[in-house]
Amino acid sequence: MTAANRPLAAANTPSFDVERVRADFPILARPVHGKRLAFLDSAASAQKPRAVIDAVSHCYEAEYANVHRGVYWLSARATQGYEGARETVARFLNARDSAEIIFTRNATAAINLVAYSLGAGHLKTGDEVVISWLEHHSNIVPWQILRERLGIVLKVVPVNDAGEFLIEEYERLLSPRTKLVAVTHTSNALGTITPIGDIVRLAHAAGARVLIDGSQAAPHRQVDVQALDCDYFVFTGHKVYGPSGIGVLYGKADLLRAMPPFEGGGDMIRTVSFEKTEFADIPNRFEAGTPPIAEAIGLAAAIDYVTALRFDRIAAHEQAVLTYATERLSDIPGLRIIGTARKKASILSFVMDSAHPHDVGTVLDEGGVAVRAGHHCAQPLMERFGVAGTARASFGLYNGFDDVDQLVEGLRRVKEIFG
Amino acid sequence: MSDLRELYQEVILDHSRQPRNFRRPEHANHEAKGDNPLCGDKVTVFLTIEDGKVVDVGFQGRGCAISMASASLMTEIIKGKTEEEARALFESFHDEMTGKSACHGAAAGELDKLTVLSGVREYPMRVKCATLSWHTLMAALDSRQNNVSTESDDRL
Repeated sequence: MTAANRPLAAANTPSFDVERVRADFPILARPVHGKRLAFLDSAASAQKPRAVIDAVSHCYEAEYANVHRGVYWLSARATQGYEGARETVARFLNARDSAEIIFTRNATAAINLVAYSLGAGHLKTGDEVVISWLEHHSNIVPWQILRERLGIVLKVVPVNDAGEFLIEEYERLLSPRTKLVAVTHTSNALGTITPIGDIVRLAHAAGARVLIDGSQAAPHRQVDVQALDCDYFVFTGHKVYGPSGIGVLYGKADLLRAMPPFEGGGDMIRTVSFEKTEFADIPNRFEAGTPPIAEAIGLAAAIDYVTALRFDRIAAHEQAVLTYATERLSDIPGLRIIGTARKKASILSFVMDSAHPHDVGTVLDEGGVAVRAGHHCAQPLMERFGVAGTARASFGLYNGFDDVDQLVEGLRRVKEIFG
Repeated sequence: MSDLRELYQEVILDHSRQPRNFRRPEHANHEAKGDNPLCGDKVTVFLTIEDGKVVDVGFQGRGCAISMASASLMTEIIKGKTEEEARALFESFHDEMTGKSACHGAAAGELDKLTVLSGVREYPMRVKCATLSWHTLMAALDSRQNNVSTESDDRL
């Protein structure tokens, strides 16, 4: 496919005007190296719409104080903003109760919270935790640390050459000793969407709990934790167009209530004496210390923003861009797409015969195209595909066909230099 | 786009496509591994040192054009140098890459061969690609791979 015959219908569907969306993101108006910026690294961290920037600024300019403490008006306003953000996240994930929403620093911290807390009682020597080859390091390393500490067994579900989660292999790995299945909903490196419904059902049938790493799912699709019936779901604010420094752990209330705290400190207690401390109920039990207040308020603004755009429209738009990009990159000789699963989020990883991903990244950058180059914090998966790393273009709701064209133009330049 | 041509000069592309001394010398007695965890680049530097002199040098590994070319150029320059000269060259090259100073003193002439890498300075994210093999060289100089037992025995 060439730029000339790209599908016109999806370029600017009546329901999704990508130019208007792009205008909401101030940073996308700035040139880089004198070129129009084609920002194709939203899977690493997304840019922020004006609504988020304004919400954070407004918090600090007009409504900031510490939360849950002061009797004064400003503290009450900040507390309303912070707890209101929790309500917004609960609606976003369709949680039963906002007490099931724990604010953390990021998705990594949320997974570590679960790993630490389950490791303090629920998991014992010889218990099995199942992960997959698609995991980000953040959903590998915390379980390895538990393996070192407790002697749990870590089992890894393989993927096929397309990068698809092998459900039959997964079923075989489940055993009566499986206590937890911790898998990604969507691969950050390849874009693969895992059969998460079946994964949860089979885990529960085996008596195991399920933690879903939803970091790459939350920006692209409607998540319903009750429909998924998952026990834990984590995502991070900065990938869903919110601020950095805020992540979310959703957990079923009864499970969270039975879990010991991760960190001790202020704001997570009911009473403290030197003899004994009574911990607060959820969610506060898991939020020791002053929380990320403005970040939570910014996250709520981000959720309001994407929700107003509607996920069915966002997903249709992003899929159209992914399809167009896949077709155009497939036409480039010497370029190999890594990750060709049938169900993918708008993430496109590739390698080139003549140029290392870092060199590809540098040449693209010179043309205003920002892509990620490297192992994407998924070194085992890179090994699986026999590459040290890839170049990765990931498309957010503000990316259009013009960004793909600019990427292809940059890749032409790569071939000019490296052959 | 002129900056890119400055970065990816013909000499760089040539050395990255056909790296010199891309081998393990038969009598290597020093070696060290280096890697850049950020990008997964890996390099192993092998040295044959006799009487304080680098009589042979080779490297193996994988990486971007900058790291491969830099390693290749390094082996050409280091061969025949004393350990002290090699260390001085590292210092000069490192300063050059990190912009601390232009190359100085006796090393300046030798470093002429490396001026093809000077374009890297304009790309802060890529400086580590150019210096990886040099850091690994330093580790190899400090290592006592094959003669570690004899030296330990001497001390005993």
